[in-house]
Amino acid sequence: MTAKKTTTEKLINFVGARKPAMMLSALLIIASIGSLIVNGLNLGVDFTGGTVIEIGYPEATDVEPIRKKLAEAKFEAQVQHFGTAKDVLIRITPPKTDKTKKITSNEKAKIGDQIYAVLKQDNPNIVLRRVEFVGPQIGDELRDDGGVAMLLALAGILIYVTLRFEFRFSLGAIVALLHDVIITIGIFSIFRIEFDLTILAAVLAIIGYSLNDTIVVFDRIRENYLKLRKASSEESINISINQTLSRTIVTSLTTLLVLLALFFLGGEIIHGFSMAMIIGVVVGTYSSIYVASSSLIMMGVTREALLPPEKEGADELNELP
Amino acid sequence: MNRYPLWKYLLLIAVTVIALVYALPNLYPSEPAVQVTPAEKTTLLGTGTIETIKSKLAEASLSVKSIDTDINSQNAVFHFDTPDTQLAAQETIRKALGNEYKTALNLAPTTPEWLTSMSAKPMNLGLDLRGGVHFLMEVDMSVAISKALDRHKDEFRTLLREKKLRYLGIKKYNKIPNSLILLFKDETVRNNAQTALKREYRTDVDFAKADTEKGFGLTATLTDLNIKNAKRFILQQNIITLRRKLNSTGLSEPIIQQQGLERIVVQLPGVQDPSAVKEKLSGTATLEFHMVDEGNDAQQALASGQIPAGSKLFKERNGRPVLLKRKIILSGDRITQASAGFDEQQMPSVNISLDASGAKRFSKITGANIKKLMAVVYIEDKYITKKLDDGTIHKKRVTKKEVISIAQIQSQLGKRFMINGLDSPQEAHLLAEDLRAGALAAPIYIVEERTVGPSLGADNIKAGFNSVIIGFILVLIFMAVYYKVFGLVANMALTLNLVLIVAILSLMQATLTLPGIAGIVLTVGMAVDANVLIFERIKEELKNGLTPQAAIHSGYEKAFSTIADANITTLIAAIVLFGMGTGPIQGFATTLAIGIVSSMFTAIFGTRAIINMIYGGKKITKLSI
Repeated sequence: MTAKKTTTEKLINFVGARKPAMMLSALLIIASIGSLIVNGLNLGVDFTGGTVIEIGYPEATDVEPIRKKLAEAKFEAQVQHFGTAKDVLIRITPPKTDKTKKITSNEKAKIGDQIYAVLKQDNPNIVLRRVEFVGPQIGDELRDDGGVAMLLALAGILIYVTLRFEFRFSLGAIVALLHDVIITIGIFSIFRIEFDLTILAAVLAIIGYSLNDTIVVFDRIRENYLKLRKASSEESINISINQTLSRTIVTSLTTLLVLLALFFLGGEIIHGFSMAMIIGVVVGTYSSIYVASSSLIMMGVTREALLPPEKEGADELNELP
Repeated sequence: MNRYPLWKYLLLIAVTVIALVYALPNLYPSEPAVQVTPAEKTTLLGTGTIETIKSKLAEASLSVKSIDTDINSQNAVFHFDTPDTQLAAQETIRKALGNEYKTALNLAPTTPEWLTSMSAKPMNLGLDLRGGVHFLMEVDMSVAISKALDRHKDEFRTLLREKKLRYLGIKKYNKIPNSLILLFKDETVRNNAQTALKREYRTDVDFAKADTEKGFGLTATLTDLNIKNAKRFILQQNIITLRRKLNSTGLSEPIIQQQGLERIVVQLPGVQDPSAVKEKLSGTATLEFHMVDEGNDAQQALASGQIPAGSKLFKERNGRPVLLKRKIILSGDRITQASAGFDEQQMPSVNISLDASGAKRFSKITGANIKKLMAVVYIEDKYITKKLDDGTIHKKRVTKKEVISIAQIQSQLGKRFMINGLDSPQEAHLLAEDLRAGALAAPIYIVEERTVGPSLGADNIKAGFNSVIIGFILVLIFMAVYYKVFGLVANMALTLNLVLIVAILSLMQATLTLPGIAGIVLTVGMAVDANVLIFERIKEELKNGLTPQAAIHSGYEKAFSTIADANITTLIAAIVLFGMGTGPIQGFATTLAIGIVSSMFTAIFGTRAIINMIYGGKKITKLSI
């Protein structure tokens, strides 16, 4: 009886719209992967090794004279404003050939100090706001560790979801996850936004978030498979998406609210982080509605697949009014 | 229906009170301060000194906010209003007191006593929030291994000589990494040597026959275990030396930690000039003990430029020339301990301990040279960088050799001996420090640096704090508008959640970093999820025709497994993030994980308790949701 009631309600046909949605996803993923192959990622010093130095000027300043001054002092540096016109960010990427020479590491570590000294000659009132030096070996390690962490997270999740649901569900969750991660990274690649350690953290957080969203929908699908005995698989899935829709939107909204606060008020350093998260949350919300469940349909998940381990749940249902 | 037993409310109240108490210290801001400690343990930090500092600071019109003194632990902390006053005050105090006292910049907590007595302390602020330098240093282990090989070479020689096994030579073997090759004229001698050596170095060295055209060879390769031990030893020695070097720079709370087998993390809060610290850290120093050439006149040698054979001209710290014998009787890496103290006549002295092989050698030589003069030469390698006109960076290694001590050998010296005849406790202290620094066993390189200036640190705190507050308020407003009474209940839970996270982080004495703040903000956004799930479920159940009481009950019931599934998967991601092991990401992962766990408590248990209190056991027809 309860089942009838839900089905007679107005439903948005998400499952029916899965073909155009899949086209859109495919397009985004192809664009992302294409850009990653062609452009690659604009990796920050965290991964490439090199030096970043941020200098605060007492008043708004042009980057051109700084560039010139550094060129005169034979530094190959990129200079840009950071946040405000008073802040200048200088980036030096070391030539790759130095990698073998360990001894020069200490010298490279001093480049930041030297640049600060050179610029201080012209304007004694500048303040050193930040120096980041990453030796090339560290950069390589971080890149590898980041990849390993991502794979480990995926493996852990795969195992958990398989245990709680079924293997095809965990594949569906992973598909949605990869979808979100690839598109987020793809956007960073397409717009040449710097990809540093905090962005990697954001990507890993997106894995958690996207999964959270997907699991909620899956949970409902499992429940409805057991409850709506007469409905087809597509119908059950569509009903589940509709039932969880308001929750999906409300949670995304609250998360976006705090992320927007971080983005606008959190300062330059976590700008990239909050942007990556915002992209991830938006894409993740879309994917948990369209991608995760569509992939379940494509893999042919049926209610029978979930029946055996859920005996207790079925009994409980009968007791409900 | 929907009643909670009393103990559940008591539990909730208890958790709330405890969380509030332990979160509270964070509301008392830390103040910029200067810590003054005597350079020598023996010097007292009396009230007179403190009065002197006070008057000097008053002269420089620097206002002191408060002073914490602890005569027993020998330190005084002067609090100031701004970092600028703090810096100026440090200069003033340094000038007023000279070298006898060390001054260190500090961020002193202002937690009231009733809180500290319950060991409620504020969270530590990370370097990105308070300013400071983070270094990752790598020890050059090739040196460690080559030293281990040298040591084995010496030991093999001694052993073969003792066993009367004649060998042609022992040298490094390039064909196999980390190995030596021993050459013998006779095959049976080689085989006997192999047996003898094997018995002695069972787990440390692998031996194998390798014949060359020069003779019957025996390769000796250091085992992985041996190399690992050598590395560990060198790393420990470096950590100790670094700690000493840093302590002598007067920095407050330097953190030095081992990372893996080859790296050391150094964190220096409050350091404003990383270049000076780098100079201090990057120089390597060694020591050599030489006999003084007493038969020739150093002044004469200097003037004529004719240096006697077997001798070499050195200079003392005061510039006076000295002639020393070329032969090194002992090198710094044999020193295991050097400390300043007093001799029987209560005169300042330095006590030195040597390792076994150093002691053996030293005892033999000093025994043969009683009443003669022995000199300690301090050798410091520094790299000086110059930028040439064509843009290439030119690095020059500069070696500074200096005689830091000349002493008469009174008797045969062994494992422990003493250098006395020093002018002052300070001199003894400096000499001991140099000796210890000279024991630094392998060169060390900076492979990563993250420096945050104090101005950026202050900006980061402000930005982080603002974004948490604004984001939090936005969520509160949204929830109250969207879910009405239930929204307000969720808001209480959310507030408690925030307090709980802060309390747990404070109890753990975790270090709060900017990514950590991002983790907290994100948790706030995601913690609402549990409540959203429950409330949406209640709405659905109401639509399905359930009574309000039944809807509340089944809403919580049914949402639970979903919440658990969703949170556990996020927790898996957080744990993996933490396992990655890099500082900023770990901070993020820690707060995220704590947030997930505490949100489970507040969003499910906490809200249910309040909802039950409002609606439980009453006849209601409508829910404000």
